[in-house]
Amino acid sequence: MPKRTGLIARKLGMTRLFAQDGSHVPVTVLQLDQCQVVGVRTKDKDGYTAVQLGAGKAKVKNVTKPVRGHYAKAKVEPKKKLVEFRVSDDAVLDIGAELTASHYVAGQFVDVAGISIGKGFAGAMRRWNFAGLEASHGVSISHRSHGSTGGRQDPGRTFKNKKMAGHWGVDRVTTQNLKVVATDADKGLIMVCGSVPGPEGGWVEITDAVKRKLPKEAPLPAGLKQAAA
Amino acid sequence: MNMLQTFEKEEIAKLGRAVPEFGPGDTLRVNVKVIEGTRERVQAYEGVCIARKSAGLSSNFTVRKISFGEGVERVFPLYSPRIDSIEVIRRGDVRRAKLYYLRGRRGKSARIVEKTTPTQSAAAEKA
Repeated sequence: MPKRTGLIARKLGMTRLFAQDGSHVPVTVLQLDQCQVVGVRTKDKDGYTAVQLGAGKAKVKNVTKPVRGHYAKAKVEPKKKLVEFRVSDDAVLDIGAELTASHYVAGQFVDVAGISIGKGFAGAMRRWNFAGLEASHGVSISHRSHGSTGGRQDPGRTFKNKKMAGHWGVDRVTTQNLKVVATDADKGLIMVCGSVPGPEGGWVEITDAVKRKLPKEAPLPAGLKQAAA
Repeated sequence: MNMLQTFEKEEIAKLGRAVPEFGPGDTLRVNVKVIEGTRERVQAYEGVCIARKSAGLSSNFTVRKISFGEGVERVFPLYSPRIDSIEVIRRGDVRRAKLYYLRGRRGKSARIVEKTTPTQSAAAEKA
C-alpha cells in the first residue's frame, strides 16, 4: 500500500449539510490555497523520502533572502506555510505540482492535525477536570486547588507528568478517522464530518487515515491539477 | 461576507427551497414530510411562530400550538429537506422578536392581534 502525501489546508469553520434523508451532518470546511510541491527529499540525498508542500501566498518582502532562494529553485511563489509529508517511493511528486481537493474522495477517512486554540494558564479543574476541594468542612482558600500530588517519604518526589495547573492549548493535536463528506475541486474545498483542531483561519494538515484502509478510488500518487484538467 | 457564509449561501441555493417571508407572531402551516413504513406523506403542523434564528444554513424557527390542551413547540430547520413547504396563514402584530411570554399564557391573553399594515415586501409586490 503506497503512502500518499497529505495536504495543507486552512480551516474556514464549521457548518452543517443536509443528507438526502434530511438528517444533519456537522462538517468542518477546509480550504486549499495554492498547495504546491516545493521540495523533495530522497533516500540517496536525505536518508528518507518525503515531499515538502507549501500553501498560501507570502509577500515577497516578508520572506528572507535564503528562503526566497529556496522558492526560486523550485520555481514557485513564496508560501505562507511549509510542511513535509513522508511518502513511499512510488508516491513522490514533481516539484511545482499543484494539488487539488480531488486528492481525497468522499467517504474516505482522514486524520487532521492542527494547532489547538490557546487557553492560557489554566487550573487543574479546568485543564484536567479535577473535582477540586470541598466547599466547606474546613477547606480554606484552596477550593479549586488540585490537592495532593504524590506520596510521602516514599517515593519522596512528585512523579513526572503529574497533572497540574499550567499552560493549556497551542499544542499540535491530531484528530483521527474523520470522514470526508464531500470535496469541491474547483473551489478547493474539503468537507470533513466533525470538528478539527485549531481556530478558524488556522492551518491544518490532512493525511490519509492511518487506521483505515485507503479506498481504491483515491488517486495515486496524488490528486494533481494537471491530471484533473 | 466571509468564505464560510459564501459557502452556506451556495448550499442554500443548491437546496432550491423557496422560503416565504415570515416572522414571530405569524401563524404558519408547516408541511412536513413523514415516512410511515415505506410510504412518504405530507403532514401539516399549524401554529404560531414564536422565534426565528438566523444563522445561514443552520437557521431555524419555532412553532408553538396548543394540542389537546397541551402546549407543543417544534423547532424546524429552515432549510431542511424534510420540510415540504411553509405557508403563512395570518400575520401577527407583535413587538418582540422572541414570544416566549406566550408559554405562560392561555386562551384570551395568548392571542396575537393581526397585522393590518402590510409588510414591506408585500407592499412592494402590490406597487
